[in-house]
Amino acid sequence: MTREEALGIVKEAITSIVPDADFDSLAPDERFRDTLELDSLDFLGFVETLSDRTGCRIDEDDYPSLTTLADVADFLTDRCWRTRD
Amino acid sequence: MAEQTIIRKASHPRVAPNLGDYERECARFDWARAREQLSGLPGGKGLNIAYEAVDRHVAHGRGGHVALRCIGRDDRVRSVTFAELARRTNRFASVLRRLGVGAEERVFTLLGRCPELYTTVLGTLKNTGVVCPLFSAFGPGPVEQRLRLGDARVLVTTEALYRRKVAASRDRLPCLEHVLIVGRRDADLPGTLGYEEAMEAAPDEFTIAPTGPEQMALLHFTSGTTGTPKGAVHVHEAVVAHHATAGYALDLHPDDVYWCTADPGWVTGTSYGIIAPLTHGITVIVDEGDFDARRWYRILADEHVTVWYTAPTAVRMLMRATPREGPYDLPRSYDLSALRFIASVGEPLNPEAVLWGEEVLGLPIHDNWWQTETGSIMIANFAACDIRPGSMGRPLPGVEAAVLERGENGRAAVTDGRVTVIERPDTEGELALRPGWPSMFRGYLHDKVRYDACFAGRWYLTGDLVRRDADGWFWFVGRADDVIKSAGHLIGPFEVESALMEHPAVAEAGVIGKPDEVAGAIVKAFVSLKPGHEPSDALGRELLAFARRRLGPAVAPREIAFDQNLPRTRSGKVMRRLLRARELGLPEGDISALETVESAESGGVP
Repeated sequence: MTREEALGIVKEAITSIVPDADFDSLAPDERFRDTLELDSLDFLGFVETLSDRTGCRIDEDDYPSLTTLADVADFLTDRCWRTRD
Repeated sequence: MAEQTIIRKASHPRVAPNLGDYERECARFDWARAREQLSGLPGGKGLNIAYEAVDRHVAHGRGGHVALRCIGRDDRVRSVTFAELARRTNRFASVLRRLGVGAEERVFTLLGRCPELYTTVLGTLKNTGVVCPLFSAFGPGPVEQRLRLGDARVLVTTEALYRRKVAASRDRLPCLEHVLIVGRRDADLPGTLGYEEAMEAAPDEFTIAPTGPEQMALLHFTSGTTGTPKGAVHVHEAVVAHHATAGYALDLHPDDVYWCTADPGWVTGTSYGIIAPLTHGITVIVDEGDFDARRWYRILADEHVTVWYTAPTAVRMLMRATPREGPYDLPRSYDLSALRFIASVGEPLNPEAVLWGEEVLGLPIHDNWWQTETGSIMIANFAACDIRPGSMGRPLPGVEAAVLERGENGRAAVTDGRVTVIERPDTEGELALRPGWPSMFRGYLHDKVRYDACFAGRWYLTGDLVRRDADGWFWFVGRADDVIKSAGHLIGPFEVESALMEHPAVAEAGVIGKPDEVAGAIVKAFVSLKPGHEPSDALGRELLAFARRRLGPAVAPREIAFDQNLPRTRSGKVMRRLLRARELGLPEGDISALETVESAESGGVP
């Protein structure tokens, strides 16, 4: 998976919860969970969607890597790459 | 009733529970004696919650003890001693006095779980004002409505929350005179004051004015089936119940480190996240961050938490991270040996979760039951008593509970002002409580009609359906009305329906709780569209976004379904019960019964 594809999946997963999420106004290093007001249940759904779409396992320990859009895209690119290996 | 697992308690626990013998304690308890556990204002000038929570510990030489351990989102930890908390709350009380805000005037908070929230709540009480904490995940709609219904005179919030949720409606809130901004504040934010500047200019000393025990102190909004949210009013005397029940049901001891994970925007986070533990003079953990399994275990371990009060949704999220079958690596990689007692509230705790606690954390989880209206824990599983997993436990000393026979509309049957108490065990009925405990709500603000409707035959009717087994343990069955319990919060379907109907495409909406493994229920909306609009995925997404913008994540629906033929009563009201029956795939027979029930109900409520 390319990083671009990963970012697309991340945005799609967020959009399924916050359909009108404005990604343009999100700074690359911004904590999207705070800005878009994803509560714990939303976040759980977000992680599940990512998992379903990519086939990657995502554990509690990975959550700190899911803070900004860039982080999540990097994480998916890296993880899915390694999973396929 | 089927045989069940019972969790037995050790006969010699490491710390002797406050309530050792349930029957004996119930027999000898009375509220007047419970009142004697508190100090009262010096010079016999009454009873003030903030004095009991803060100042009296300083007066008793415990000023150096840590009152709050505040863990920031960035993991920075700040400690606030009782002496420091006394100073800060004095200053905030002075700020209010200088602004001309007086007794019983409403001060709202819209804040995350930052130290300033605790200062504001307790400082307002010192100024004999009324505090109303709002959950920061409410959207602009619910925030505006509550500020208006509660006659907010002061709001303490942050710049980001103010801009996002209040600024646009400020013109429509003429009573809202002062907005104090915590943290960074843009110099050109009109109509606001800096919280820090105001605090710095205020003196360290403040004398609490004489406070009558019946003086209004707390306002908490809760949701009903119909109409606007209801502001439940609590008075300073409630502190007697906060203190006594925390001793019994949370087993608080003087050297405990205690963590209540509820946000003060909900009644649990105020009664048991601020007031009750502080009246016991113990250290309270305040975590600004959101749920995260690893973070939570780390806090439990690092802070040596001894008593933990949390919610079924949180427990179920922890269970997902660490299933009963194992592996237990995540929790076992932390030293949780300080933990002594775990309790849970908000919705019924499934037996599986009680056993999970026992197996994975080495401690069972004690479910308890109460409501915004009751102000304090009414029914609980106690540290010294066996647990019947799935049961909410038994009434606290000083609390009389009964199960009432139901009528056609599902609520307690009232004939000529009388109700019938069910004595036969294991029979379903509406849970009722005999009024008289100190934290009983004294009214819904400006709404005597709905307050009066809560009582019949000298009982307070809770709206919850329960059964009581032959030994006196209560078991939750469901709600007697359409209110949705999601992640431990009550959500009024009417509030959600009203928001959806503001969308130009929506003709009508019916909102129900759809069972959910983690949250208990999630909010699901069925909508019918106006002519000229067609159901589509795009419109579904638009409606979700629309509702979320207005209501915020705590209240907004998570699912929307289109239905041009929403079931209605003859009087035209959308039948939520039937929507629920359809969603759950209940058999036809049940549905026809529900129709009758709903019709009968709409006959009484036009």
